[in-house]
Amino acid sequence: MGVLTRVDGPLVEVCGLPEAGMFTLVGLGTAGIPGEVVAIRGDSATVQAYEYTGGLAPGDPAEAYGEPLSAPLGPHLLGGVFDGLLRPLTDAGTWLTAVRSAPRPKEWRFTPAVPQGHELGAGEPVGTVEGAGAVPYAVLTPVPGRVTAIRPPGRCAPDVPVASVGDRDITLCRRRPVRSPAPYRERLEELVPLVTGQRVVDLLLPVPRGGAAAVPGGFGTGKTVLLQQIAKWCDADVVVYVGCGERGNEMADVVAELAELTDPRTGGRLADRTVVIANTSNMPMMAREACVHTAMTVAEHFRDMGCDVVVIADSTSRWAEARREFASRHGELPAEEGYPADLASALAAFYERAGRVTTLGGRIGSVTVIGAVSPPGGDMTEPVTTLTQRFVRCLWSLDRDLAYSRHYPAVSWASSFARDADTLAGWYARHGIPGWGERRRRVASILAEADRLGLLAELVGAESLPAHERVALLAGRMLREGVLRQSALSAVDAFSAPERTAALTDGILAAIAECEAMAARGVPAEEIEGRDFSRLLRAKEQRAGPGAAGPG
Amino acid sequence: MWPEPEYTDVTDLRGPLIVVRGVSGVGWDEYARVRLDSGEERGGLVLEVDRDLAVVQVFEGTDAMTRRSVRVAFTGSPLKIPVGDGWLGRVCDGRGRPRDGGPPVLGAADAPVGGAPLNPTRRSPPAEPVLTGISAIDALTTLVRGQKIAIFSAPGLPHLELAAQIGAQAGAGGEPFCVVFAAMGLTHADAATVRDTLEERSAAGELTLLLNLAGDPVIERVLTPRLALTIAENLAFTGGRHVLVVLADMTSYCEALREVSVARGEIPARRAYPGYLYSDLASLYERCGRIRDRAGSITVLPVLTMPAGDMTHPVPDLTGYITEGQIVLAPDVDVRPPIDVLASLSRLMRAAVTPAHMDLAAQILAALARARQARELAELIGASALSETDRRFIDFELSFRHRVLAQRPGESRALEETMDRAWQALSTLPRPELTMIDSAELDARLPKEDERGGTR
Repeated sequence: MGVLTRVDGPLVEVCGLPEAGMFTLVGLGTAGIPGEVVAIRGDSATVQAYEYTGGLAPGDPAEAYGEPLSAPLGPHLLGGVFDGLLRPLTDAGTWLTAVRSAPRPKEWRFTPAVPQGHELGAGEPVGTVEGAGAVPYAVLTPVPGRVTAIRPPGRCAPDVPVASVGDRDITLCRRRPVRSPAPYRERLEELVPLVTGQRVVDLLLPVPRGGAAAVPGGFGTGKTVLLQQIAKWCDADVVVYVGCGERGNEMADVVAELAELTDPRTGGRLADRTVVIANTSNMPMMAREACVHTAMTVAEHFRDMGCDVVVIADSTSRWAEARREFASRHGELPAEEGYPADLASALAAFYERAGRVTTLGGRIGSVTVIGAVSPPGGDMTEPVTTLTQRFVRCLWSLDRDLAYSRHYPAVSWASSFARDADTLAGWYARHGIPGWGERRRRVASILAEADRLGLLAELVGAESLPAHERVALLAGRMLREGVLRQSALSAVDAFSAPERTAALTDGILAAIAECEAMAARGVPAEEIEGRDFSRLLRAKEQRAGPGAAGPG
Repeated sequence: MWPEPEYTDVTDLRGPLIVVRGVSGVGWDEYARVRLDSGEERGGLVLEVDRDLAVVQVFEGTDAMTRRSVRVAFTGSPLKIPVGDGWLGRVCDGRGRPRDGGPPVLGAADAPVGGAPLNPTRRSPPAEPVLTGISAIDALTTLVRGQKIAIFSAPGLPHLELAAQIGAQAGAGGEPFCVVFAAMGLTHADAATVRDTLEERSAAGELTLLLNLAGDPVIERVLTPRLALTIAENLAFTGGRHVLVVLADMTSYCEALREVSVARGEIPARRAYPGYLYSDLASLYERCGRIRDRAGSITVLPVLTMPAGDMTHPVPDLTGYITEGQIVLAPDVDVRPPIDVLASLSRLMRAAVTPAHMDLAAQILAALARARQARELAELIGASALSETDRRFIDFELSFRHRVLAQRPGESRALEETMDRAWQALSTLPRPELTMIDSAELDARLPKEDERGGTR
């Protein structure tokens, strides 16, 4: 037993625990509040506590648990809502307290997949569990060896061994350290697109499965709505949604909506493919630091079963701020804007856990990471934003002007990037959609030209531009309104399948080509602008698809 | 009277902090009673314990203290206040002591002022409006029961008047409703205005007023909003009322927090505010909400002045990241209340209003954005060079300002009146420009085309 010597909010110092190693868990006080050792100086260990430390006093006991911060992974995850340490919130009380009773374990129906005596490699399944969410839930062995015992089909508790491989007992639920990436056989080079159902992303700024994307945006730019849309409609098998230091009402909203919405692919509830990790901004600060790692660990757990997983972290800035706050209490010398000097490496390590891999068991699975960034004051030069841009393949920058004019999603086509777009165009071409790359190129060039002319028109007035330039302005407006704008609220348009996105875009591009031809024939700009395009621009609201709606 | 041991070995006095040596068994975040030789008693909070040293933040400040004249006792628990209906109709200081000549407020139960985080899975998403009787808010940035929405203002603008008017007029459609108004660092004149405006509400027993004035102890301000929210939680979730909590002025609150942080020698973040400002503000604002299967709600309305009107200043910026929207006052809006509706936003509005209302609001905002562009263009090229359509948009903006936005203090408009005014303003635009509203709705609400002199 050690003793507490100092308490300063979430920072606690403990003496007399020589057995507590770096990044292992310690129980603080008589209640055993969990904390993690982050520094050792002489006989004294510095612990970051994961709960409110009110009432902890020097002289209180401390106990070393001897394991790193770990999360329990099992069939209970899909459809659940958890806190940053992956403790279920659905079983907790209305008001969260530091000490919580363990939930009553549920029994699951296990079906063995291999007979006794079978040789298994690491990462291969010993059996499956029914009713554990929208994906077939496989129980994998972490070690290779001969199956020395296996449980017959039937219900069992999560902590009862269902098989023995070599001398290792396999249970339905197992603990895994959250800070170290789960092993895999190899990373795959081939890029496969992730369909998000958001036109501006799928058309202009695609992200591959196993890729990493960041969404920087000041407040009020619709970051959370965009991320929620992707969480609901992207074509992943499993979505891990992390509310990291964000709003409680938003989390309540996400949970309620996911429970109501139907998954268009499986017909089940969207909640059944989702794991929600909720660490709202008023919940203990250091658990906010842990929750992004916890989310990655959950994602890798399903990746190893051969699933395509998307991790949505809203917001990585809160995570970075939790690190800053603790570093400051710890007396670390600050680097940029008070952030600790290891911010860059911590961010890089986080995004590097994304990837599409062959698992140890030989399946193909992926973890795609989409992280929101909340730049203070909308300042895109602040450390978290600038560092994140270096480590992601895809940036969806949210623009305040677009948001103010209620253009949602407010993804700026000019200041975003998708470094894998050309490679993905190749994938589309190989899979029978040769026009994808050309369509993207054309849309991007029209938008860029319209932006350039828009600046000019602000100075001299659109009226004084020549007809073909006014048509170019009109073309940009038509693409913005008819394609890029997408209402998260619309029953019809909240999700846009790739074919629908393509058809809508082609409809608008055809109308633009027609206008350009008219301008070339010498038709006055006023007449072209005066045509009623409203049917075309509203095509995205039509259930039957865009059809042949031309300008009327 | 003093059941706890008293410690007299004070080693440091620094800003609002005292450091006491020789303590044992003192826990972090405990409430401390600090007694001076003069007999005066002050309150404090343990900010850090390090072996036998305790750092205590004194709410009333350390004025007149010496190392020898101070005795500190620790209560063994966080600061608690009595809660209950006794708070209604009362005017108290920033620490909850009567300011109205009445007896101390008593309650059936005590509650810790820090509160506990509400389990997000027990929250019920906000879905009904708090109608304020102010057109610009009810039409375009509807307040939603259980949300938090901030008023951003600049020095010299009537944000307190607006907040007080909201406090006086707001209601929850006939369900039990009350207001807890926490004033931090307000001048006497401002406080008097707030009191006058809220007079009727107070007389009806629907108001708790906590006043920490500009001349009152600065560090006490750290406590005032927590008191207000603790009182409100009881009134809402035990008493079943819809409670509106107004916190004004949060900039003063944050400055008090900064004072403590600097005195502790903490590594500063932006503009010397502490690195934990976000978490601290969240611990206040996040106490809004509704709870599943329980009556009542807490709606939080923080009011803050942006120093030099700078929205990227840490206080408005971090507030904006936490709150579900903001109502922005701007000096260049020439009517009262000077709400910049384009910069304002209520994120949860769509849950609380009809789809037709939402479409109307979207259309008005889109048209105002277009009008602003047209106005900027007119400044460059002259109004006469504008197209006919652009001129109509500028007319619309003018009509909107005078029919919808402008409103007298004390004037409360029913939602129907607000909507009628909004439609009157929209009818100045050519119908083909109203692309965001359903055509059936347009047919029902707009006069016939030919009566409006046609379009292009």
